[in-house]
Amino acid sequence: MMMAKIDVTNLNLCYDKVKVLYSINMMFTANSVTALIGPSGCGKTSFLRTLNRLNDTVPGVKVDGTIKLDGLNIYKDMDEIKLRKKVGMVFQKPNPFPMNIYDNVAYGPKIHGITNKKILNEIVERSLKQAFLWDEVKDRLSKSALSLSGGQQQRLCIARALAVEPEVILMDEPTSALDPIATSKIEELILKLKESYTVIIVTHSMQQAARISDFTGFFLLGNLVEYKETKKLFKSPDDDRTKGYINGIFG
Amino acid sequence: MKLNRKKIYEKINERLLLICGLISIIAVLSITIFIFSKGIPAIKEIGLKEFIFGEEWQPTGGRFGLYPMIVGSLYVTLGAVMIGVPIGILTAVFISELAPKRVASFYRRLVELLAGIPSVVYGFFGLATIVPAIDLIFGGGGNSLLAASIILGIMILPTVISISETSIKSVPMELREGSLALGASDIYTIFKVLIPAARSGILASIVLAIGRAIGETMAVILVAGNTPLIPKALAERIRTLTANIALEMGYAYGLHQNALFATGVILFVFIIVLNILLMKFNKKVGENK
Repeated sequence: MMMAKIDVTNLNLCYDKVKVLYSINMMFTANSVTALIGPSGCGKTSFLRTLNRLNDTVPGVKVDGTIKLDGLNIYKDMDEIKLRKKVGMVFQKPNPFPMNIYDNVAYGPKIHGITNKKILNEIVERSLKQAFLWDEVKDRLSKSALSLSGGQQQRLCIARALAVEPEVILMDEPTSALDPIATSKIEELILKLKESYTVIIVTHSMQQAARISDFTGFFLLGNLVEYKETKKLFKSPDDDRTKGYINGIFG
Repeated sequence: MKLNRKKIYEKINERLLLICGLISIIAVLSITIFIFSKGIPAIKEIGLKEFIFGEEWQPTGGRFGLYPMIVGSLYVTLGAVMIGVPIGILTAVFISELAPKRVASFYRRLVELLAGIPSVVYGFFGLATIVPAIDLIFGGGGNSLLAASIILGIMILPTVISISETSIKSVPMELREGSLALGASDIYTIFKVLIPAARSGILASIVLAIGRAIGETMAVILVAGNTPLIPKALAERIRTLTANIALEMGYAYGLHQNALFATGVILFVFIIVLNILLMKFNKKVGENK
């Protein structure tokens, strides 16, 4: 058994009085891609957002249980700024900031205190290369990020997340707003990222989960129904509900 | 038959709307024509250069130099913007981003109330509090450029706050979260992402505020001192374009009266320039979407 990068025990989540997650236990191994699947409203996105404490910004949210990152409790042993430096996030809709391409990528490192122009240049170039975007934008770094296509914007957002050198990358349906070609580019990128990062991705597409993930967790109504290696989950699910969902009976 | 009646009804309604629309156009046009037809001959008689750049305003002596009032209006507006805009924008940020829901809605009520206070009351308030305070600190009576700037700075707050708040609020949630997810604090996110993203709306609020400040009359008259001279210091008396018209219209006749209409022409030009600016900003807001 590989060492757990993230270890979630007995996680419960409520928004005001609505319970969204019921005692989730889950472990994520380093340098792997884990897909979270399930019908809309099953809690998979809420779960993802507890891993970088982004749910904390929602008023009335209550989390209990423990989440450990490399053995440290993310709600007790570190503040959210330190946590979010280690756990980056890519959103469903590409959300580049209304500034130029360079400043978008340099935004994160600047927050964390890097001001040296030379170092920033290096970070921007490296991050854009990692996100397979460098060749397309290297001649127009000072152009507005909003002038890029949707797929390019999403890769820019990935570059932006990589620029703070995270260890874990959370992705919330990162390709749902993109066309098939842009999607396949992002998928290729995710497989590449696995070599150096731990990737957790929420997806609506079971094909996508099957293509890129090593492990898959199936969520239903706030419960983690089944969680194991992707191949096994799709080939021989233990639970009838999982079977029903992956065969398209409901969802 | 029934269809026909419906059609007629429709036509009548259409006409009614058209007439209402025409009334406001006619109002704008007739005001413009009236001011220009009265003002232009006076400007011709006085001479455009003398009228705009002349530094002496002595209607009894036949001197109609509007320069001190133009400068006065610009100074007062600049002062109001310097006081009102930073406070207004930061208040908007507070209401939309930091305040708990209840506090925010209480604040919004207060801002609406502030917008509803008649300008003469602002002037009276300034006369009773700000003017004596300035007299105490700087001497010279207290009726001054500074007093007018402070009062106008307060008066433009509702405009700046409510429009800026709307535009900051309408910045998509994803941008906020994108910044927070990179480890940015709330304050960093506000200044680096939210305000830049909302800048066209904020700029529009500033232009509207300038319009309000330049057009304000009553409150300014009460606290500005109204001496038609170019002010050399913050605590000196000034007179604005609007005050110039309001103070003298009651007893002016002949060329003097027409010179006051000509003052209106200059004011009108200012407002038109501001409106063009505003249109540009609004266009930009549209383009962002």
